Amino acid sequence: MQGGMKETKIVTKDLTLYYGEKMALNFVSIEIPENQVTAFIGPSGCGKSTFLRTLNRMNDLIPSVRIEGKVLIDGLDIYDRKVDVVNLRKKIGMVFQKSNPFAKSVFDNIAYGPRINGIRDKKRLEEIVVTSLQRAAIWDEVKDRMNHSALGLSGGQQQRLCIARSLAVNPEIILMDEPASALDPISTGKIEELIFALKENFTIVIVTHNMQQAARVSDHTAFFYLGELIEYGKTRKIFTTPDHKQTEEYITGRFG
Amino acid sequence: MKSYTFTKESLRKKFRLSEFLSEKIITGFALLSITIIILIFVFVFRETIPLFTSKERPTGSREELVQEQYGVVPEPRPDQLQRQEVYGIEPDSALMGNREYSTEEHAAGQERRVTVKGLLGDEWYPVSSNPRYGLIPLMVGTIKITLIAMLFAAPIAILAALFSSAFAPTWLREWIKPAIELLAGFPSVVIGFFALMVMATVLQELFGYETRLNAFVGGIAMALAAIPIIYTITEDALTAIPGTYKEASLALGASKWQTALFVTLPAATPGVFAAILLGIGRVFGETMIALMATGNAGLISANPFESVRTLAATIGAEMAEVVFGDTHYGVLFLIGSLLFVFTFSLNALAEFYIKGRLMKRIQGKIA
Repeated sequence: MQGGMKETKIVTKDLTLYYGEKMALNFVSIEIPENQVTAFIGPSGCGKSTFLRTLNRMNDLIPSVRIEGKVLIDGLDIYDRKVDVVNLRKKIGMVFQKSNPFAKSVFDNIAYGPRINGIRDKKRLEEIVVTSLQRAAIWDEVKDRMNHSALGLSGGQQQRLCIARSLAVNPEIILMDEPASALDPISTGKIEELIFALKENFTIVIVTHNMQQAARVSDHTAFFYLGELIEYGKTRKIFTTPDHKQTEEYITGRFG
Repeated sequence: MKSYTFTKESLRKKFRLSEFLSEKIITGFALLSITIIILIFVFVFRETIPLFTSKERPTGSREELVQEQYGVVPEPRPDQLQRQEVYGIEPDSALMGNREYSTEEHAAGQERRVTVKGLLGDEWYPVSSNPRYGLIPLMVGTIKITLIAMLFAAPIAILAALFSSAFAPTWLREWIKPAIELLAGFPSVVIGFFALMVMATVLQELFGYETRLNAFVGGIAMALAAIPIIYTITEDALTAIPGTYKEASLALGASKWQTALFVTLPAATPGVFAAILLGIGRVFGETMIALMATGNAGLISANPFESVRTLAATIGAEMAEVVFGDTHYGVLFLIGSLLFVFTFSLNALAEFYIKGRLMKRIQGKIA
């Protein structure tokens, strides 16, 4: 299953990122395969979230950020001047650590993405909303409360709603920044099942603090430390026979 | 033997004097301010009561009113004057009934009462020999000018707030916000003066209407007074929206503009709503600008380029010259009460009805 036959989706070459003077990412080069789950692990402040956010250029929002090196998606440099960042983000979904549904109804939350893409037809919108909710495995729980505020859902439901919302714009890649860190084990389990089901159609990159989670859901794992990519490989190998001492120490809980 | 830290003695309730005093003093001041407000309303309402109840005018003010009547009526022939006046008014109004024989004696012995019908008349001539206290033109004027002012102020202020909260670079935002807030502290007499001297002329040349001072000029001047209030509160409401909303929207491929308009602004609805209400309140009660820039003619018309007279400006203009305890005096206090009741019911309506519906529409039902 963890075959190396999958094509590469995202490539970074010597990606270096500065917050002002401080270097947060140090020559990171990685190849992320298509339709697989790739997990980033590492202690807090090691740059894994920052790295995730370079993949859909969310770091552009921070004025002091400066980036060197390349990020290629399907071979195309997304930091090229001619790339429209709005169109780029439409193809890359993102799920955040803290679930952040809009202060709108459940329906409007999901329909937001399609609407800003110019879909006005009500039937079509409804169709998208229902499929997205079904794919995010939350349809049964919210189908009777489509007009209720999304803020009234439980934490786990909100997070799955956010996943459904990102699916509604039909992305190819989904970036997840510690999607289950604020959830209880049952909700976490649901999210993990969901991730497993979604990789059929999407390339998923997930940042996690939870080592077991990385081991459970991912095909490949990358270990970051102090802004550097220390080790990257198949998850089974990283968790059983890592090449680097630091990786082993982190995974076995001796530091981090 | 084991010694305990948790003993009855160490945990006994203690009386803390400073705590007790500060709590009572703060409570006292809160109650004091509420009492003052209530007293103001009681006083204002009380002054209007004789309008509807007393049959006889208090003797004290009788003398003065007679003098007043002399001062106002220039012609020495009261019968003829009276005949002219009769045409203009409904004959069955209670006021008219008294005025029909407008000799000095009758005028002096006139009742202090006004009827609801009289108050609903369409003419405001309080110091004519045949005074008419129709409040309709004043209400129409007030509503008209509030509408005009809010039509200008609300969009400008909200868009400005959207700009400075979502688009402006930090250094610019740090300039814009204090600058606009400074305008909120502007004395309204200065705005009124500016409207009277500069805006009225410029706008008249631009639009070429006839009356120089009118609802349009006054409305725009009032908008100048309302914009800073609406702007500041809207801005605060918009900046209070967590950045995670913005991130979620941008990550979905929304542009900055779409994010601001479709995510941040709806999420800030309660704040924006409060801002608009405060703006309306400001315009509604604004006296000085209305006095200076609206022309102060109590006309009933839908034309924005005609003069209006507002409720607040009427009090401001006439209270100083009115006879204490007179009908006119009572009516001015009635206007004061009306202003209070209007504002109060507007706020209540907005708070309990419109806000709930609006929120449901925009943000979904709360389960």
